[in-house]
Amino acid sequence: MEILVCVKRVPDTSENEIEINSSGSDIQRDDLVYSVNEWDNYAVEEAIQIRDNVGGSVTVVTVGDDDAEEVLRREMAMGADKGVLLKDDAFEGSDGRGVAAIIKGEVEKGNYDLILTGAQADDGAGQVGGMLAAMLDMPFASLVNRIDVVDDKKINVGREIAGGNQEMNEMSLPCVLSIQTGINEPRYVGIRGIRKVASVEIPVKGAADLGVDAAVIGAANARVKRLDYFVPPAGEGAEMLEGGVDEIIEKLIDMLKSKGGIK
Amino acid sequence: MEPALIPPAHVTFLGIPGAFFSVLIPVVGVALFTYIMAKRLAPMVLAAPDFRFDRVKDRVAAVIKLWLGQFKQPRYRTAGILHIMIFAGFIILSLRSISLVIIGVSPDFHLPGMAGGPGHVYNILKDYAATMVFIACAIAAYRRAIVKPARYAVPEKYGHDHTGEAIFVLGLICTLLISESLFEATAVVGNIQAGLPVEALAPLTLAWLFKLMLSGAGTGALQGLHTAGYFVHDLTFFFFLCFLPLGKHFHVITSIFNVYFMKLDRGAVKPVRHGVSEDKLDELESFGVKKFEDFTWKHMLDFYSCADCGRCSDQCPANAVGRPLSPRFISIKARDYAFGHYPLRGPFKSGEPLIGGIYTEDEIWSCTTCGACEEECPVTIEYINKMVDLRRGMVDEGNVPQSLQKPLAALEKRGNPYGKMEKKRAEWVKALAKEGGPEVKVFDGGDTAETLYFVDSVTSYDDRIQEIGKATARALSAAGVDYGILGSLEKDSGNEVRRFGEEMLFVELKEQNTEAIFESGAKRIVTADPHAFNTLRKDYKGLPPVEHISQFLSRAIAEGRIKLKAGEGEGNGEGAVYTYHDPCYLGRHNLLYDAPRQVLDAIPGLKRVEMTRCKDRSFCCGGGGLYLFYEPIEDRRMGQVRVEMAAEAGASVIVTACPFCLVNIEDGIKTSGMEGKITAIDLVELVCRHMDVAN
Repeated sequence: MEILVCVKRVPDTSENEIEINSSGSDIQRDDLVYSVNEWDNYAVEEAIQIRDNVGGSVTVVTVGDDDAEEVLRREMAMGADKGVLLKDDAFEGSDGRGVAAIIKGEVEKGNYDLILTGAQADDGAGQVGGMLAAMLDMPFASLVNRIDVVDDKKINVGREIAGGNQEMNEMSLPCVLSIQTGINEPRYVGIRGIRKVASVEIPVKGAADLGVDAAVIGAANARVKRLDYFVPPAGEGAEMLEGGVDEIIEKLIDMLKSKGGIK
Repeated sequence: MEPALIPPAHVTFLGIPGAFFSVLIPVVGVALFTYIMAKRLAPMVLAAPDFRFDRVKDRVAAVIKLWLGQFKQPRYRTAGILHIMIFAGFIILSLRSISLVIIGVSPDFHLPGMAGGPGHVYNILKDYAATMVFIACAIAAYRRAIVKPARYAVPEKYGHDHTGEAIFVLGLICTLLISESLFEATAVVGNIQAGLPVEALAPLTLAWLFKLMLSGAGTGALQGLHTAGYFVHDLTFFFFLCFLPLGKHFHVITSIFNVYFMKLDRGAVKPVRHGVSEDKLDELESFGVKKFEDFTWKHMLDFYSCADCGRCSDQCPANAVGRPLSPRFISIKARDYAFGHYPLRGPFKSGEPLIGGIYTEDEIWSCTTCGACEEECPVTIEYINKMVDLRRGMVDEGNVPQSLQKPLAALEKRGNPYGKMEKKRAEWVKALAKEGGPEVKVFDGGDTAETLYFVDSVTSYDDRIQEIGKATARALSAAGVDYGILGSLEKDSGNEVRRFGEEMLFVELKEQNTEAIFESGAKRIVTADPHAFNTLRKDYKGLPPVEHISQFLSRAIAEGRIKLKAGEGEGNGEGAVYTYHDPCYLGRHNLLYDAPRQVLDAIPGLKRVEMTRCKDRSFCCGGGGLYLFYEPIEDRRMGQVRVEMAAEAGASVIVTACPFCLVNIEDGIKTSGMEGKITAIDLVELVCRHMDVAN
């Protein structure tokens, strides 16, 4: 099975303190560390496991700048066979539709049976997977937490529904799935793994290579435009506890006790 | 002078002289033994290299102390004394056994120098030795069969019970002793009956007893017992020799070699592969131990040398709290694997993965590398290096628990397992200054100083543990030391990173720290973190001398640079009973048992008690560094068990000298419901509380 996994380089939420810059145009980016979007990591692990079971290959693709190459290498160290970097000045500022259109170009250049994305990105809006499926006119399932390969034409995909129950759906290939965390346990990638793939050539493709419709990409064509970032004012009943960890915990316990939350 | 009874060499069976059998039995026995040993050595030939041929003096000293001197044995009193009796007896009787083999051919043979007086002395000695071994074996069999000490039990998941094998071997030894004594006693009785002069048998020995019992026996019976005694001994001796390499009694042969080739450096970790330098690590195709043949030959010798005594597991804190790890079975399972895959007959089977085979992932992650097992093992089997090697193998396969992946990724990106920003590493220094404490120099701001205080991650970032950092700074300042910290240039020391098998990440951290330390120009390093202390001393190369704060404090107090006063009033130590918990990486791995106790005892009026498990038998708190993130399968927390031990000793304050011990023990106090009854404090915090600054 030929599998394409779309990945994204994002500021690592567990290793950064995300703060908004003074103008409200963006978060403060100096001193940030980046990693692979967590959901994407699960998608790649799932793709590798499927490939190991039924054969085929796994390609990871990302839309980004030169720095984005590091996440492709990390996923290749995990076990993906190929990486493709989609990079073009024209891509900058694209909204979700634009990114989906760029990836569509890569999908059409290949011969993929299965396209996986993360259910969402730490810094995203969770829209690329669905849009990509629509543009490709492929079946789409979101928040997938289980994939059973039936044959080379069909898969069964599971989703968790309320109450911890599981839903199973039959889908024909090719299709697009957005993957939920918890579908597997992604393997660890150490420095050694990354060094092993450090010299593997990663092809870079631009708008012309992909045949992307210039009318949908770039900041100018974005239909969703970001206006502002700000910290919402505390609403009624909301309170920010301040002080050291112990202090905060003590205050919280007092509050829970006084409001009858705990005895 | 001809003896009254015909010696075994001259008796005939169906016309064949006894000497024929006396030659045949040893020849067949030795041939078979050689064959078995060749099979046993086969996996060791395929094994990874291990450089253990250096430091001959240290190694001979170890053999004299640990093997010949049986130094570790009395740590378990009854079993230890029994073993020393049997071991000493074996050493003495080995000469007799050698001469007996030759006597089967040449009846008048004496070992060189054993013909006259020394021979008489030796005969008395060996008769007492045989009797001593006999008594020891009888008691040992009684213990095995009736008393059944808990540590010998084999939990179901680890296979079948080993009592049968133990008792069978004790039986073999007794057979040897009885047959030899019979052979000797019958000769004496025969000579007495024939009116020939005899050598007096030592009273109250087995031979002496048989002499009394047989004094009225007829010549025929005596002759029969004499010949039978000899050949039963001969057969049993060579059977025993060939039986040794088939089970736990292999240690009789291997232990001397195992001790000679023992790990000599406490706290250190073996290189990924001996003979491959750090800059060539990238060229290695595989890391660590994935299959049996990835173990080094010495580690295989360890497996062969395990006597199944259960002391390691009896001391193992992981085993004590119900984690799926029992060091004894790390050895026994691997030994059984070796026997099964390198059989005496049939083809060898190699290359099966160990994880998922004989070991489970949780089993290998359960070890805190506290070293209690290695401290206890009478034959110096090592475990930490094997755990690290097995983890290196798992890390190389991407097989790392999810709970550890985040902190490892954070260490790679931020140099600390919490994922906190580098620039916040020295924030505690600002807090200290705000509290009216001393100004601490920070090298990344361009300061320089004689002494570098290596803080490490937990002390830099953990709210509670920052207090240890502040106290360390106060103590250093009070003693007039010119010191500073690396600040954002400092990375995690990597002690646990290395011991969790992430060698390449460790190498990066080490290189960054080494460079920063050299850049700082500091002449000496002091740290309050035993894990940093250990790795800077053992894993880093060429650094300025490293000292733990307890060493520094002990010296500063002795020199009068720090003066201590008694605590006044409740809450300040009055009426409190203190106990000192030895951190594994300070005690067992670096032998610092006395300095912290000297510091405690220098506090006027301080009352201190010892826990039963202290010093080299200290009970691990649960582990440091990445262990704070690992989620083990366990019934209870080690920290909680440790707190209960302190309560049992009658202590109301647990003093430790390691940030991780403090974290785990404070947690243990909470989970055991001892809040208000017991408190925990770091040594340097306690010193600060008692510092007499006015003088």
